[in-house]
Amino acid sequence: MSLLLILIPLLTALFLLIARPAGARTIALVASLANLAVTAFASMGFVGDGSFNHEFSIPWVAEAGINFRLGMDGISLLMIVLTNLLAPLIIFSSFNRQMEPEGRYYGLVVLMLAALNGVFLALDGLVFYIFYELALIPIYFICAIWGGQDRIRTTLKFFIYTFIGSLFMLVALLYVYLQTPGTHSFAWEELVRVQLDTNAAWWVLLGFFLAFAVKMPVFPFHTWQPDTYTTAPTGGTMLLSGIMLKMGVYGVIRWMIPLAPEAIHCLMPTFMVLAVIGIIYGSIIAIKQNDFKRLIAYSSIAHVGLIAAGVMAWNKAGVQGGLIQMLNHGINVVGLFFAADMIERRMGTRSLSEMGGIAKSAPKFAALFMIVVLGSVAVPLTNGFPGEFLLLNGVWNYNFWLGAVAGLTIIFGAVYMLRAYGLTMFGEANEQTARFEDVKTNEWIVLGVIAALVLILGFFPGMVLNLTDGSVNRILGAVQF
Amino acid sequence: MDSLIPLIPFLPFLGFVINGLFGKKLPKSVVGMIGSGVLLVSFLLSVMCFNEVGTGGAIRVQLYNFFTVDGLQADFGFLVDHLSVWMMLIVTGIGFLIHVYSIGYMHNDDGFWKFFAYLNLFIFSMLLLIMGNNFLMLFFGWEGVGLCSYLLIGFWYTNKEYGKAARKAFIMNRIGDLGLLLGMFMIFKMFGSLNYEDIFGSLASVRLDPTVITTICILLFIGAMGKSAQIPLYTWLPDAMAGPTPVSALIHAATMVTAGIYLVARCNPLYSLSPDAMHFVAAVGLATCIFAAIIGLRQNDIKKVLAYSTVSQLGLMFVALGMGAYASAMFHVTTHAFFKALLFLAAGSVIHGMGGEQDIRNMGGLRKAMPITFWVFLIGTFAISGFPFLSGFFSKDEIFAFTYAHGGKVWWGLAGFGAMLTAIYMCRLLYLTFFGEFRGTSEQEHHLHESPATMTVPLAILAGLSLAGGFLNTPHFLHLGNEQWLAHWFSWVIPIQEVHLGEATEWKLMTFTTTLAVIIIIVSYFIYTKKSSVPVPDAQQSGLTRLIANKFYVDEIYDFLFVRPIEKISRLFHYYVDVQGIDGIVNGVGTGVQKLGAGFRKLQNGNIEYYLIGMVAGVVLLLLSLFL
Repeated sequence: MSLLLILIPLLTALFLLIARPAGARTIALVASLANLAVTAFASMGFVGDGSFNHEFSIPWVAEAGINFRLGMDGISLLMIVLTNLLAPLIIFSSFNRQMEPEGRYYGLVVLMLAALNGVFLALDGLVFYIFYELALIPIYFICAIWGGQDRIRTTLKFFIYTFIGSLFMLVALLYVYLQTPGTHSFAWEELVRVQLDTNAAWWVLLGFFLAFAVKMPVFPFHTWQPDTYTTAPTGGTMLLSGIMLKMGVYGVIRWMIPLAPEAIHCLMPTFMVLAVIGIIYGSIIAIKQNDFKRLIAYSSIAHVGLIAAGVMAWNKAGVQGGLIQMLNHGINVVGLFFAADMIERRMGTRSLSEMGGIAKSAPKFAALFMIVVLGSVAVPLTNGFPGEFLLLNGVWNYNFWLGAVAGLTIIFGAVYMLRAYGLTMFGEANEQTARFEDVKTNEWIVLGVIAALVLILGFFPGMVLNLTDGSVNRILGAVQF
Repeated sequence: MDSLIPLIPFLPFLGFVINGLFGKKLPKSVVGMIGSGVLLVSFLLSVMCFNEVGTGGAIRVQLYNFFTVDGLQADFGFLVDHLSVWMMLIVTGIGFLIHVYSIGYMHNDDGFWKFFAYLNLFIFSMLLLIMGNNFLMLFFGWEGVGLCSYLLIGFWYTNKEYGKAARKAFIMNRIGDLGLLLGMFMIFKMFGSLNYEDIFGSLASVRLDPTVITTICILLFIGAMGKSAQIPLYTWLPDAMAGPTPVSALIHAATMVTAGIYLVARCNPLYSLSPDAMHFVAAVGLATCIFAAIIGLRQNDIKKVLAYSTVSQLGLMFVALGMGAYASAMFHVTTHAFFKALLFLAAGSVIHGMGGEQDIRNMGGLRKAMPITFWVFLIGTFAISGFPFLSGFFSKDEIFAFTYAHGGKVWWGLAGFGAMLTAIYMCRLLYLTFFGEFRGTSEQEHHLHESPATMTVPLAILAGLSLAGGFLNTPHFLHLGNEQWLAHWFSWVIPIQEVHLGEATEWKLMTFTTTLAVIIIIVSYFIYTKKSSVPVPDAQQSGLTRLIANKFYVDEIYDFLFVRPIEKISRLFHYYVDVQGIDGIVNGVGTGVQKLGAGFRKLQNGNIEYYLIGMVAGVVLLLLSLFL
């Protein structure tokens, strides 16, 4: 089962890139839907006690303790759900733009899907690392080929930034690997079992942190992100913000903290403060942005900062909140970028000052977009709320004042999101917005699915939190410090 | 009965869904019928609950578990007890009247269906707020009503200013919400639960640090300050008048803004443990009560006067809460809901008749053209001013008695001063609007008409309630019968508080304030009607009048202190810290790397397909190598 999740998109990617068949978009969509079906199948009869389900393992380099080993506990399953739920939406939303040559674009997207699934399924350190790096390559090309203005410089920066981060992780990973007994092993359990002295753990923790901090991104490692989100084609931005940045958060939960808990007391306060700075910093900058996509990019820094802070607080509320919020942030941010793209396609601009009054000419769009915005502002009974509540509670449990400062996000979040909504939708229509065309059928499908998810997950967050409950208990219990 | 209770909030929700999805295609009469019909049913169900609670005590209904994390059991459950059922009656009852009124008031609006959808959504949220059995449910409703308030203030969204007012309301509320949220975190940490009955039930057995209790109470109160528009978070409420008038009546006078009072009354076991927090509540309330009343003296927009009056009255309710007179505060919530909803709706009728005019300087003499509106407005004015035996007379008098007994002469004097100001600005409003000569354009004079029955009938009912509502809770010393009925009704949730003053003192206090109110009513009649002194145009205002008319420039001060600095910091962060600072360093490193990479460029032929295929094939080979 686990292997299928990687093989289906991988082989599809190969086929699309080599054969360049006609109708590549349909093939990619079908492949992603097949993956969604496999995900649904995998989550039926899932045992949520924290053990690994659907394990698949074959020796790779047996002498060196390297196995190609996949499996999923609740945490992985949630990430798999996130990835394979969003993938069809992202692919389908790309239908609205001509991405030429199609075979290449959609091939890269499904290749990305394979790599992401690999990252979340890997139970072997080296396999994790390989997939982690592999995911970078297709997104690099997607941004570099189909991106907007200044794409080469921006994308190169993004690539180098994240690549260097990953190298630190590789060194840290190898170091822990060499501490495993006997002929060494990359198996997750073996790596977790290693006891490091505080000094070594300090370096290991830092190495992992650099990799994940760049990916998420955490302040001050974020400067690749606004440029990249803005110049990348919307499909690429959705992949990055919806799914890929969660690789970093997932990495913190699965690898960073379990592998080097010995140094948590030394470094975690710094990491927490950086994450909380990111919340405020991203929010404040978002307030005055005029480029809609850039505004969402900065808001994403704020949201992810909160997720990072909650997860690193390493208590039940924080980690559970982080997990559910990864799913919901993914859904919401894809919705927001989709709305931004809709506006850009119709108006040829992302500049908020040129908009206004769209609600009058496109009421359906206004309503659906409003639901997504509410989710993003974390109004109760939308999907954004339970995560934000638990995350803030987690950070607050870690430290009262840090929690209070992080809590400012509920105010700033309302400020910048409602400003963006007001500037686009409300006010008098201008010449261009008066002719704004309401949602077309396939746009309706994407936004409708997202809006439905916002409300369903808002009313019933228990479904998601129960999925990960056992695994979070297990991983929190396994890591003592 | 128990299984019907979820229907009370979910029927309005259903109304929202139906009107929201299909309302555009339905005729207006159907939309209005659905919108107010669901409320009527909810109201009748609430009445049934009221009977059941009266005989059998609180009803508890558990719907489903929202989530459970780390012992935090967040349930979607209802607690219908003496306090919540009373609020349910107010919200659904007055809500229904206002829905009916809106059918007439909004009949020409294109967004008729949307208006009813939002109103229903508001009622749903408000009912969650008061019916929930735990703080999280309260928070759902709390933020939900904030959202509806946002949607309805900005209802006429093509007007940019209205949109700004809506945003301001939401954001200021969110500032308060943060306090409430932190208070909830602290409660959960101390009590291990967010459920009211668990928390208040354990107070007797658990010994708690008084500073912790005080902190919790103050954090919760910060939430109340936002929602109930207290200093320093009150400035959104006057701006909220941008919304259609029924919204001002329902949300920004009768129901939503009293949520803060409900919160403190609900948490009365906690507040009673913290004298410091009580003092704080009373002080903020008193300051707001007087400050807003002063501003109200020099406003010339009919709705703005009423808005500041609401802020001021809410302040008075907080004074009551701070004095430990929780039941009196709830009593005043009730009478205030009657007469303030009445006043707003009557003001709406005036605006309707005047064709959109809101400046009282352009009105005058309306009593001839709009007799019903005039009479109900007069009743409302007299009720709020404390005219003998009208509703406000009883509820305000009770608060003054408690203030005198628990706070002493100074507190009583200041609260009385606030009440005096209330009578002054309300009479000024009444006389300038309905007496004297008409001062508007001849076109307006021609347009003047009494409102249709859908509007005047709800007005008449509310007028009846404003007249008689005070008899719900009469003081002992007047021997009117039905003494302290409401206080006894609440006694299941709020312990009975006695005013230990003695009949003679109570008589003296009441005579004093009542005489004052009557004198003001008479004197201001002579000033505004006989001498017909009309407020000067804005440009001619000077000195103190100008200062008050401009609301002491508080908005401008906030703008200068908070809004503009944050916007400035936003730009500074973006340009100097982000683009120039951090990214500058990164680019410096990047340039170096690029130069290094230039050497490798010669190895590349530029055809991306080759790289890609090579890469994917490589991965496949790697995987294949596993199986071989």
